[in-house]
Amino acid sequence: MAVKIRIPTPLQRMTQGKEEVEGKAGTVIDLINDLDAKYPGIAERISEGGKVRRFVNIYVNEEDIRFLQAEQTPVKDGDEVSIIPAIAGGSII
Amino acid sequence: MIDKFMIIPQYIFHEMLAHCRAGYPNEACGILAGKCNEVSRIYKMTNTEKSSVNYFMDSKEQFQVMKDIRANNIKMLAIFHSHPSSAAYPSAKDISLAFYEDSVYIIVSLMDKEPVTKAFSIKGGDIKEVEVVVK
Repeated sequence: MAVKIRIPTPLQRMTQGKEEVEGKAGTVIDLINDLDAKYPGIAERISEGGKVRRFVNIYVNEEDIRFLQAEQTPVKDGDEVSIIPAIAGGSII
Repeated sequence: MIDKFMIIPQYIFHEMLAHCRAGYPNEACGILAGKCNEVSRIYKMTNTEKSSVNYFMDSKEQFQVMKDIRANNIKMLAIFHSHPSSAAYPSAKDISLAFYEDSVYIIVSLMDKEPVTKAFSIKGGDIKEVEVVVK
């Protein structure tokens, strides 16, 4: 059993259209870097300098990693990791 | 992917406008989901910014909605938000944060007495208007 990673629609072009891919147990940032080895360029869309981008939310199972150990949150086999770009904007600027 | 027109049932369209009015003078936001180009469900979301010029959809609510959309075998067709005191056209911020290129971005302007609703496809900074058919 591996870690299940849910890929959001904006990033599915980089995973050949796959909505779900598998990753190895470790930490969230390990998982992102490992994903980049298989799908080059994807890490840069999710993180910058080892930190998850402000407009990207990551959930391990039901929890937002910002309320866990952020990028260092451990993930184990059987966990489900959801990558969810934020929905935001504004009427000026 | 919707590029020409989308269909919104009248009751959902009115619920969307009511949600935007209820949020006034702050921006309100939400998600429309359905199949092909026809909306069948509205999710009224919380703007955690509580601002009249910005919105940031509550991320926990968004996570739950994504799960509900998957469970119901539908797709996120549109993202809507209000512009309380500006026109129904994407701002530079709307364009730079339009990550969901497969979804239509709907803007409801409340600057005049009657709301003005317009929909856009925003891809790589290119903006194209999409017709909204209410029926």
